[in-house]
Amino acid sequence: MSKTKTFGFDTLTLHAGQRPDPTTGARATPIFQTASFVFKDAEQAASVFNVERAGHVYSRITNPTNAVLEERIAALEGGVGAIATASGQAACHLAIATLMGAGSHIVSSRSIYGGTHNLLEYTLRRFGIETTFVDPRKPAEFCNAIRPETKLLFGETLGNPGLEILNIPEIANIAHEHYLPLMIDSTFTTPYLCRPFDHGADIIFHSATKFLSGHGVVIGGLLVDSGCFDWKASGKFPTLTEPYAGFHDMNFAEEFGPAAFISRARREGARDFGACMSPTTAFQVLQGMETLPLRMRQHVANTRKVVKFLSQHDGVESVSYPELNDHPDNNLAKKLMPNGCGAVFSFNIKGGRAAGQRFIEKVDLLSHLANVGDAKSLVIHPASTTHHRMDSKALQAAGISEGTIRLSIGLEDIDDLLQDIEKGLKASQKT
Amino acid sequence: MHFNIGEKHIFSYTGSRQHQESFKSVVFVHGTGMDHTVWLLPARFFAHHQYNVLAVDLPEHGQSSGPPALTIEEMSDEVIFAMDAARIETASLVGHSMGSLVTLALAARYPDRVRSLSLIGTAVPMAVHKSLLNNAAQNDHAAIDMLTYWGYSKAAQLGGNENPGIWMVGATMRLLEKAKTNVIYNDLRACEQYTDGRNHAEKIQCPTLFILGKKDIMTPSEIGKEMAQIITNSRIELLKGAGHSLMSEQPNDVLDALITIV
Repeated sequence: MSKTKTFGFDTLTLHAGQRPDPTTGARATPIFQTASFVFKDAEQAASVFNVERAGHVYSRITNPTNAVLEERIAALEGGVGAIATASGQAACHLAIATLMGAGSHIVSSRSIYGGTHNLLEYTLRRFGIETTFVDPRKPAEFCNAIRPETKLLFGETLGNPGLEILNIPEIANIAHEHYLPLMIDSTFTTPYLCRPFDHGADIIFHSATKFLSGHGVVIGGLLVDSGCFDWKASGKFPTLTEPYAGFHDMNFAEEFGPAAFISRARREGARDFGACMSPTTAFQVLQGMETLPLRMRQHVANTRKVVKFLSQHDGVESVSYPELNDHPDNNLAKKLMPNGCGAVFSFNIKGGRAAGQRFIEKVDLLSHLANVGDAKSLVIHPASTTHHRMDSKALQAAGISEGTIRLSIGLEDIDDLLQDIEKGLKASQKT
Repeated sequence: MHFNIGEKHIFSYTGSRQHQESFKSVVFVHGTGMDHTVWLLPARFFAHHQYNVLAVDLPEHGQSSGPPALTIEEMSDEVIFAMDAARIETASLVGHSMGSLVTLALAARYPDRVRSLSLIGTAVPMAVHKSLLNNAAQNDHAAIDMLTYWGYSKAAQLGGNENPGIWMVGATMRLLEKAKTNVIYNDLRACEQYTDGRNHAEKIQCPTLFILGKKDIMTPSEIGKEMAQIITNSRIELLKGAGHSLMSEQPNDVLDALITIV
């Protein structure tokens, strides 16, 4: 069979969604820092408002700079379209609010980002949406937790903090057998390391703050639609298959076909919830994404060396990274993430909470802060920071020990990184 | 709008509007493996500007059931059946790619039912690459890849959609992936075997507009221009940046051109 030639991943990270500006010839994506757009006449205005013509109305809904970023992430993920949002949390909320309302139910991996856990466990419950949390390593638990009112299955490509690799193909099958979509938070892996749509997922969201940008200067999110899920056949999603009075009885599945979900999210959610991305932020995310393949290759290369170093160090009790043979998801890692399992991982230091604190206080190059996915290496000791109110039993339930250190490995010279880590470990083991 | 024609269940998008006897009508016919959703913007435009709109899903396409129509002439009959069911006596016809052949055949065979004709991304004969046909015969995804990538200009393959936030290549690919088994092959073979195109073109009397893409490699604009010479009452709108997927690549220019004739 002949293979049709098209553009590769690296080319798309540089070009997808953008052409030289037709007015000025600018090669870089211009920042259209404007709230609104002048209409040619009343007729054109009405047509754009009513989805009869292509164009922009108001930057809460669409913006030319944001549109470049939206096309780019859709291209890299292999989807039909995307929406840039104010944060990853906003993207997650936009997806859920587009699909369901009060009385609905979600089945989620329990190994997820704390902010998402808060949203699902506490905040959405207040709005009548319940979530059942299950073990990401046990797909049968996803199946068993599905109820008649379930609208969504959810997990992260790499669990937090245990780095469980979600068996996306198997859980997608479970979802589809129940006429449900599977949504994935792909922040830790980016499309360079894993493309969840290729494995059956239906919706992806990112915190663009992390590896996609790499520079750690913006807060942003991206919601991407695969266009694969058959909303009409499912029969569980009236927001997509029945006339919407809020937009002149528009029937999104009938009118937009494969782009039904992302179109409803924009026409309703972006319009009404308003958690849009600033055009300047979109520009800054795009600057980062241009080097995504280069950075991810280096992130993974450095991470592998740090993992090896820690695995052989006397001050380290254990290292959790899916590429290690003793990691429970090692085989799944080879299948779903052959180019690497990211640059965020945890290790347990000997000496518990006090040793962890000494490590943190001694390192210089590693920045002690609550973020991941920066070009600079980052470190945090959950037991003394994000989880400091928990006793050892509660920590254990969360998959964290008192000596757990989470690293996000950056792009520094590997010798400098190892030297800094060695210094921290040496200090940690002094009593 | 759903209706039964014989054993077939046919769907046509109307812009979510009820039929009005006093309105003029416009009928849209999609291309290979596609459905009514390719007409979203112009269909909504005319439906909200006092036209009856009928964007037909040909049998076995989109929401319509089979059996499929296997020739361009049979497809044109199916469009007539749909117009009858929708109580549309005469219409302005708009067809893209395979759909342009269907509307051409319809206008030649049922001239009294046609007010004007718009042929988008058209060529007679409509040659089909052997490799594309072979892959389609095996329902191989390579056929979808070819239709998708060959269907866009090189620039459009990188995006820059006028319709914000939609990745054109991805949307086309997903739509084609929803085509039922053998539909793409049947459509391509119907295009290839349509040999009456020039004869039909010679019979066209109604005002005719050719909307052609300068960068179209599937139905090169030069062939469309030759066709236009056959049809006396015709003119050409050449979109310089567009490939074959004109409604995606330059939706506003296509709409502006249609407004001049519909």
